[in-house]
Amino acid sequence: MKNEFEKLKDSLSKTRKGFLSRIIGILGKKRKIDEEILENIEQILIEGDIGFSASMSIIENIKEKFRVNKECDSDNLFLFLKEEILKMLENSESFQEEKLGKKPWIILVVGVNGTGKTTTIGKLAYCYKNSDKDVLVAAADTYRAAAVEQLDIWRKRANVDLIGTQQGADPAAVVYDSVKAALSRNVDVLIIDTAGRMHTKVNLMEELKKVKRVIAKIIPDAPHEVLLILDANMGQNAINQAKEFLKATKVTGIVLTKLDGTAKGGVIIPIKLELGLPVKYIGIGEDISDLEIFEPKRFVEALFSF
Amino acid sequence: MLEEFTEKINIAFKKLRGLATINEKNINEPLRDLKRVLLEADVNYKVVKSLMEQVQKKSLGQEVIRSITPGQQVIKIFYDELKKILGNSTSEFIMRPNNPMTVMIVGLQGSGKTTLCVKLSHYARKKGRKPSIIAADPYRPAAAKQLEIMGKATNIPVFSRITEDLILSTKENIEDAKKSGYDIIIMDTAGRLHIDEEMMDELVELKQEVVPDEILLVTDGMTGQDAVKTAVEFQKKLDFTGIVITKLDGDAKGGAALSMSAVTGKPIKFIGIGEKLGDIEVFHPDRFASRILGMGDIISLVEKAEHATDRERELQKKLKLDNFTFQDFYDQIQQLKKMGPIQQILEMIPFGGKSLKGLKIDDKQFVKIEALINSMTKEERENPRIINGNRKKRIAKGSGTNIEDVNRLLKQFIQMQKMLKNFSRFGLKKFGKMQTLFGGI
Ligand SMILES: Nc1nc2c(ncn2[C@@H]2O[C@H](COP(=O)(O)OP(=O)(O)OP(=O)(O)O)[C@@H](O)[C@H]2O)c(=O)[nH]1
Ligand SMILES: Nc1nc2c(ncn2[C@@H]2O[C@H](COP(=O)(O)OP(=O)(O)OP(=O)(O)O)[C@@H](O)[C@H]2O)c(=O)[nH]1
Ligand SMILES: [Mg+2]
Ligand SMILES: [Mg+2]
Repeated sequence: MKNEFEKLKDSLSKTRKGFLSRIIGILGKKRKIDEEILENIEQILIEGDIGFSASMSIIENIKEKFRVNKECDSDNLFLFLKEEILKMLENSESFQEEKLGKKPWIILVVGVNGTGKTTTIGKLAYCYKNSDKDVLVAAADTYRAAAVEQLDIWRKRANVDLIGTQQGADPAAVVYDSVKAALSRNVDVLIIDTAGRMHTKVNLMEELKKVKRVIAKIIPDAPHEVLLILDANMGQNAINQAKEFLKATKVTGIVLTKLDGTAKGGVIIPIKLELGLPVKYIGIGEDISDLEIFEPKRFVEALFSF
Repeated sequence: MLEEFTEKINIAFKKLRGLATINEKNINEPLRDLKRVLLEADVNYKVVKSLMEQVQKKSLGQEVIRSITPGQQVIKIFYDELKKILGNSTSEFIMRPNNPMTVMIVGLQGSGKTTLCVKLSHYARKKGRKPSIIAADPYRPAAAKQLEIMGKATNIPVFSRITEDLILSTKENIEDAKKSGYDIIIMDTAGRLHIDEEMMDELVELKQEVVPDEILLVTDGMTGQDAVKTAVEFQKKLDFTGIVITKLDGDAKGGAALSMSAVTGKPIKFIGIGEKLGDIEVFHPDRFASRILGMGDIISLVEKAEHATDRERELQKKLKLDNFTFQDFYDQIQQLKKMGPIQQILEMIPFGGKSLKGLKIDDKQFVKIEALINSMTKEERENPRIINGNRKKRIAKGSGTNIEDVNRLLKQFIQMQKMLKNFSRFGLKKFGKMQTLFGGI
């Protein structure tokens, strides 16, 4: 057994050749699409965390398009594959940085533990601030040790104001205070941090619903945006996360963080397919400027390269 | 979702259970189902592939356990392979008595390192140790503060003075902790990417300077395919001693755990099952294998198979199948007599899944055989071929039977020897024939 896995380890530590060269490597320039090629594609898709079902449906489409055992050009195959996945992500492309239709524009940030919520809020605040908006952040994670202190450091870096209380306070109360403050201070944007929580914990999800109700009580169409923060390292469990957070808070978009690592974040594809949730931003580092608008084309390129 | 998953695996197993013989064709589909189950549990593609190859290879060349179907046996092979990867037994986190010990906690950003430091301290304290924590993360906003707050709340001392020179101040903190009599010193480090050379080098230097007794790699249990890369890189740079999988309190299957131990061979020591102090558990490979497969059903099946294997082994030990002698036969009869009425015993022995109910064997049939064997010399019992005409006469006389009885016994015994040789290859099913051998005596 160990020997098997020694081999496995070796193959993993070698830098992966680019998808194109791999496919060309097996295809030559023209070759029949056979089981070997399909298996290679399957591997690339699954290793990108796209998941079994979505990968299989992509492969079915390839089979249909190229008919197994017919000759095919590797360039064609590659193009087709990328386009298939782009199609799955469509509509995401049209996303531009939101025009703030309302004032205050209220953004609620949610997700499971440790995905990068607080960091993303620092980055977002910095972005809005840089486009001359008045920004307020609310530290409604009253559970985690030093969550308020952490956000306080970020908001200082972004040079915006913060509303917070003590650890252990009721998050709904902080949220209430912050929405009131956003109104009275006439700010453009309010971004609310919440504690990380497992989507399976009913009481914590109820708490989140309550937070949302509190906001809506003051401003009926708020929050205007609910961002679900997903870590690009996550596997198929992210689908369940998205489902549950969508149910509890009507998530409007996803931020895919930690894309500066080697993980591809392919699980956003089944999430888009199943739930229609688009990715809006990506996190690519721990600096305040490491936030970018999601571009499907670049994402697909990255999926096939390393 | 969990039900859906269990449903899927049940279907895969049902297909396997139904198989009477295993060949390359009919094992394919159920194996593919199992592969899917593992991939959906986020086990790495290459690990799954390698695992499935092992299972296929072993299934096709399997030594047959007679009392379960071959399909069931594949399931057991699969389960055993899973456990082999995860480690066959619990890998203890050893805290040597009367010896201060340092533990370095490393991992990707947000995986749960800082929380683990506190949980592990709590764990050590419950075992009668004196833990303290060293803060060595100067990067994450409020990282030290986080530890200070948690330490205060749980009454665990935290040494959090970090200067420009991280290595030096960390070493000083550790010295201070040792001098104050703390005997398990847990070091929290900053989250970092495995491809961040500079940050990885910092850990390497820290390891060289501090020489920790344990280095634990902390990984989020929701991690997908990339877990193997993280594990391999951290291993190359640090050669950590164990893995901790956190956030298993949700509904993630935690396939990353399987992937990581497969590619590094390192044991998983703890799992994190919540945000609170006590939400830490020692890792149990078998429980985890069940988690990934999501079944209780399967466990009982596997246990049944294991049990059956043991019974068969015992039986085989008793019946020296390849070189069965009259002496063995005699011992066997004595054994059977000791165990109770033969009829009852035969009913208990599994014959390819069926018991032998309805098969009539009379204890008296053995009386004549016993008498005949009793009249043989030791040499004759071991080597029946030397029994010639004179010897036959003597045996008949001694046992109060006649030459025909001796001849019949000899003929049937040779037949039985042959059969038992096959039996060792093909299984107990043919054992039923033995009854006809006794019938004529
Ligand atoms: N490399 C990298 N690290 C990131 C990124 N975003 C966040 N992080 C790091 O991930 C860790 C967790 O980030 P947080 O912002 O505290 O995550 P959180 O979701 O607020 O965590 P909880 O509030 O505990 O649930 C920190 O070490 C961040 O620096 C990113 O895009 N890339
Ligand atoms: N549900 C759950 N949450 C956990 C578990 N372990 C840690 N967490 C949470 O995960 C988040 C991140 O934990 P930390 O301990 O700060 O992670 P870290 O690895 O130190 O993060 P960085 O220092 O930023 O790299 C926090 O919200 C923790 O409460 C666990 O086993 N279950
Ligand atoms: Mg946070
Ligand atoms: Mg930390």
